[in-house]
Amino acid sequence: MMCDICGCAGGTDHFHVAAGKQVEVMRSMLHNNDHQAAHNRQHFDAARVLTVNLMSSPGAGKTSLLEATILALKGRLTVAVIEGDLKTENDANRIRAAGAQAVQITTGSACHLDATMVHAALHHLDLRPVDILFIENVGNLVCPACFDLGQHRNVVLLSVTEGDDKPEKYPVMFRAAELMIVTKLDLMAAVGDFDPTKAKRHLRNLANAAPVIDLSARSGIGMDSWIDWLMQQRALCLEPANA
Amino acid sequence: MKSALHSTKPVHELSICQAVLRQVLAVAAEQSARRISMITLHIGPLAGVEPDLVRLAFPLLAAGTTCEGATIWIETLPVQVRCRICATTSEVPLNRLLCADCGTWQVDIVSGDQLLLARVELLDETAES
Repeated sequence: MMCDICGCAGGTDHFHVAAGKQVEVMRSMLHNNDHQAAHNRQHFDAARVLTVNLMSSPGAGKTSLLEATILALKGRLTVAVIEGDLKTENDANRIRAAGAQAVQITTGSACHLDATMVHAALHHLDLRPVDILFIENVGNLVCPACFDLGQHRNVVLLSVTEGDDKPEKYPVMFRAAELMIVTKLDLMAAVGDFDPTKAKRHLRNLANAAPVIDLSARSGIGMDSWIDWLMQQRALCLEPANA
Repeated sequence: MKSALHSTKPVHELSICQAVLRQVLAVAAEQSARRISMITLHIGPLAGVEPDLVRLAFPLLAAGTTCEGATIWIETLPVQVRCRICATTSEVPLNRLLCADCGTWQVDIVSGDQLLLARVELLDETAES
């Protein structure tokens, strides 16, 4: 006897004779989040704000990178930041001290941001003067990759202190990266065994063609490439003002 | 203001189950079904969602709804890539998305990143008794 659902021979726990009405749905399990994310993206497009979702493990240097970025763009482009953290306003305070608008989302025990949380945060931001909005996701290499927030680009940070095999261990996250930044390059000599070439090869093993920037927010190495990349993405993602 | 920006969802499988439950309940309401007996999900290893955690979390959320007691059937799908250079399709491990034939990373994912609510089975009160 064959299973009515999938045509298998049945047996074990999955054997199942259809007893009721079958309704085909074939829709993303995260349909509602995707819908909200699309709405957020329309919002960013209309306001001509390039939105970048920054993801990494905790302590990879997301906030330090943002502080350096705000400083590097001062007088050229206006930056705002949505900060996701389990607890505390510490990171938002650092961003404000660096001179940018910041909204803190405290997720409590949640391990990631979703599109609805970002939408709620947008109500506390004035997007009109903003050119680039960074969403600093909760430090975590697992869950944040699953949730579209409406960003234009995903950037994943990998610090040299974490090991060059992280893309191999967290393929879902690193496959989502549209740019990988190797951070804390100034510590590479002290760490000793981090090989940026290997990190890049592990990224390519995920069929990911994303560019890689080696960077130190502290010494300034790589900051020019990062700023150039942001400028390119603004041109690629946003329609010209008068078009 | 704080409460609007505050969430209490722990692991992401719980958020995902919540999202599935909401959709299934909407289907049930559309079809005026009294009970949902089975929910079929398609999950690929590259979706980043653990089938075991979904099976564990879903009943907790479904308790007291028309989904209570529903069987969660999860079809886990293979990771497959198609080579852009030699056109070979191969089944590969999730952290080695390389063409099994020529070894290049210039491949497209043809299976493995699915995260789908595939179908639901609905029961009437009458069909049950």
